[in-house]
Amino acid sequence: MRYGVLAFLFAVPLAAADSCVDCHSVLEGKLQAPAKAFANDIHARFGFSCADCHGGNRNETDPEAAMSKARGFVGKIPRTAVPERCAHCHSDASLMEKYKPRQRVDQMAQYRTSVHGKRLASGDTKVATCIDCHSVHDIREVKDPLSPVHPLRLPETCSRCHSDKTHMASYKLPTDQFANYRKSVHWEALAKRGDLSAPSCASCHGNHGAQPPEVGSVAAVCGTCHVMMEDLYKKSPHQPVFAAMGAAGCVVCHSNHEIRPPSVGMLAGPNAVCSQCHDATSAGGIAAAEMARQITSLEKALARSDQVLANAQQSGMEVSEALLRQREGREDLVKAAVAVHAFQAAAVQKPVKEGLTIAAETYQTGVSALQERTHRRLGLLASLIAIALTMLGLWLAIRSIEGRTAKTSQLTER
Amino acid sequence: MASATEPPQQQGGWLEERLGLAAIRAFLAHKTVPVHAHTLWYYFGGITLFLFTIQVMTGTLLLLYYRPSPAEAYESVQFIVTRVQFGWLIRSIHSWSANLMILSAFIHMFSVVFLRAFRRPRELTWLSGIALLGLALAFGFSGYLLPWNTVSYFATKVGTDMAAAVPVVGHNMARFLRGGNDVGGATLTRFFGFHVAVLPGITTMLLLAHLALVQKHGMSSPRWAVEEYRRKGQSVPQMPFFPNFFLRELMAWYAALGVLGSLAAIFPWELGLKADPFAPAPAGIRPEWYFLAPFYTLKLIPSHVLVFEGELVGLAGFGLLALWWVALPFWAVDRKGVERTRWVTGAGVVLLAYLATFSALGYWR
Amino acid sequence: MEEPRRNLLRWLLGGGLSASLISFLYPAFKFMNPPDIPEASVNEVSAGKVQDLKPNTGKIVKFGSLPVLLVRTTETEWSAFSAVCTHLNCTVQYKESSHQIWCACHNGLYNLNGQVVSGPPPHPLEAYSVHIRGDEVVVSRRA
Repeated sequence: MRYGVLAFLFAVPLAAADSCVDCHSVLEGKLQAPAKAFANDIHARFGFSCADCHGGNRNETDPEAAMSKARGFVGKIPRTAVPERCAHCHSDASLMEKYKPRQRVDQMAQYRTSVHGKRLASGDTKVATCIDCHSVHDIREVKDPLSPVHPLRLPETCSRCHSDKTHMASYKLPTDQFANYRKSVHWEALAKRGDLSAPSCASCHGNHGAQPPEVGSVAAVCGTCHVMMEDLYKKSPHQPVFAAMGAAGCVVCHSNHEIRPPSVGMLAGPNAVCSQCHDATSAGGIAAAEMARQITSLEKALARSDQVLANAQQSGMEVSEALLRQREGREDLVKAAVAVHAFQAAAVQKPVKEGLTIAAETYQTGVSALQERTHRRLGLLASLIAIALTMLGLWLAIRSIEGRTAKTSQLTER
Repeated sequence: MASATEPPQQQGGWLEERLGLAAIRAFLAHKTVPVHAHTLWYYFGGITLFLFTIQVMTGTLLLLYYRPSPAEAYESVQFIVTRVQFGWLIRSIHSWSANLMILSAFIHMFSVVFLRAFRRPRELTWLSGIALLGLALAFGFSGYLLPWNTVSYFATKVGTDMAAAVPVVGHNMARFLRGGNDVGGATLTRFFGFHVAVLPGITTMLLLAHLALVQKHGMSSPRWAVEEYRRKGQSVPQMPFFPNFFLRELMAWYAALGVLGSLAAIFPWELGLKADPFAPAPAGIRPEWYFLAPFYTLKLIPSHVLVFEGELVGLAGFGLLALWWVALPFWAVDRKGVERTRWVTGAGVVLLAYLATFSALGYWR
Repeated sequence: MEEPRRNLLRWLLGGGLSASLISFLYPAFKFMNPPDIPEASVNEVSAGKVQDLKPNTGKIVKFGSLPVLLVRTTETEWSAFSAVCTHLNCTVQYKESSHQIWCACHNGLYNLNGQVVSGPPPHPLEAYSVHIRGDEVVVSRRA
């Protein structure tokens, strides 16, 4: 029943004539473009029309009457007025409920807290408003892959301004975030593995309330996904020190936008991040080297088992059980990498020890499989010897027969 | 053996009386094999036969565990290879022997061409031999699918697609081969039936006919050998089939067995990954090596030749080529009964060169 | 023909033939001998006895070469999922306190239908079927 009424409500404006679209679609250039684009707009699908934002009367066929200032017609909406115009509906909970009952209505409130919103309020019209990210006349749903705020396209959308040196010059902001982000493990997860839950700009900076995370809250932001690391870090000796230094937690070692896959090289070696503060001979430097040594030893042990098992498998040996154990060993490696965030060698040692036990076991399995292969080859050798002996016997038999019959066969020939 | 009350039996005793072994022995004693510079090539027919019996034996063993359904085929082969004692060896031998058999059948065929052993009155022997080669290829094609792995699944898809390109009957032919519109469980069941019942039945009968014909006409001596000895006033020297040739053949079989065993044990045939009909075809899908030459040729033909579809032109070409090759004994002699020696040798060399280069190109490209 | 040579020949042929025949027949007979696991059943595995797993606990079962998480949710209800987290392939575990499936690597949470509740996993976990045969728990792949 209720749906019937809704359908009726939608059906009327959809079917109704829209003089704005009718006239503007036969005009040219920038007067035509909005009318064309609007066909793909989510608002058009729900029966809204130009007049709902621009004012005027769409039922009038006379241009003067349709775009009458008296009826509130505004041609180009000033940038400073855009957020309020959108919020007119989008902050109205009872109105939004009719179309998108689950959609939030606090975007405007959030926007006011954002750097963009604050600057706009102070009269800076270069900052992003709703339409800069969501586009103007062909606004699509976020889950639509063509929407500029779809997870896969969001980084590029932000970069339109944030990578533009002239645009950013007056704000004294860097413009390399997008380039750096594209080198990160997060971009790889998002773009290459198609994991839409991987973080892009808004995941850390917020969307409508966009601002850089504060130094003190970085760990919490990263911790929304990297829970274990955050827990360990918060209990670690680094946390109070970094806080006192005003250093931004995770970012100190992993950087912010260019977050690369972690490696042992971060702990020890020429490019180690630890060595930026810790001397190699200090307690911290020694602990870092020890953690690196532990993890490397497990990596090497697992790789050694992998090689033996691959070798055995290629020779047709059954090692699926050991390969499954190898997975567990790899998990210990992941756990060891997580344990680094306690910044104590002893914490890393536990998973490494477990992993090493597994690796030793699987290595043994691989070695015995290869021994089995040797047995097979010995079996083959035995059978080849039997074959060779038989062939030798046959050859001797032929010689003895033909030696005997050589004379007689000469006789049979004419 | 003989009981005291009965009169003494002929030599050979109990079995002789019941089987008439003397007749077989006498028959064998008459069979001879010509001895000349190219006697070596006479062994390949026997080697092909030997490898076929190995196929029958290992195939029968594999039947104990194999299950012809898409849900279980791959798993059952994996089971054979990993859990059954010596399963890896039996399966590997079956795969290797199949390939060696086809190789040795090709060698046999080309040796017959170059020694011109297909001449009158051996035309039917040639025809039955060509039919057997076709059956061997059909064995290979149907058996390739049975492990139900990715490579075999897509190779079968491509192979049966080619059948569909034949005009008029093509669609129905492809449907018949696949047991439906696409390669799937029905195809597997069907190919299994072809592989273990239909083809072995036909092959056995044709093989018996082929052997009987060889037996009837004896081994052919190449003309140049006959001429050479005639000039000396002799006929081509012969070696008794039994035991002389037989023992040599036995040696050849043992050698083949040694090679086969070593290949199977040192390079076990891979199983690959289970076929996933919904996955996109992996790159570099290739048929077995003996189908590479036509496969690569079809790839080279442009999509349209004049007004005809490229694939169709290719298939028509292969059809005509095959027909011409099958008819070899009939065009090898002109109306006056003079042999077209150069034509035959030329055709053999060209075909051999084509197969070799296109297979190599198909393999490395 | 000298006797010793013929004897040698006989030994060589007889010995070689019988040795080679044994080396061919031995594998064939071994092959025919039914193996310990009589069936090629990668489509289902036994996950132990019913009484071995208490209600509201889970355990990892080896399914071919992949881990499967078997959960006994209540006295009579069982469920099973691929234990490979869809995020970065860590092995997931059952969290008794919240009745959820949890991946320790990045805090991915799944409900007992395999659906993602929170965290980074992009897809739900693949579900397996569980049957009770007598007192044996059998996990099988869904066709």
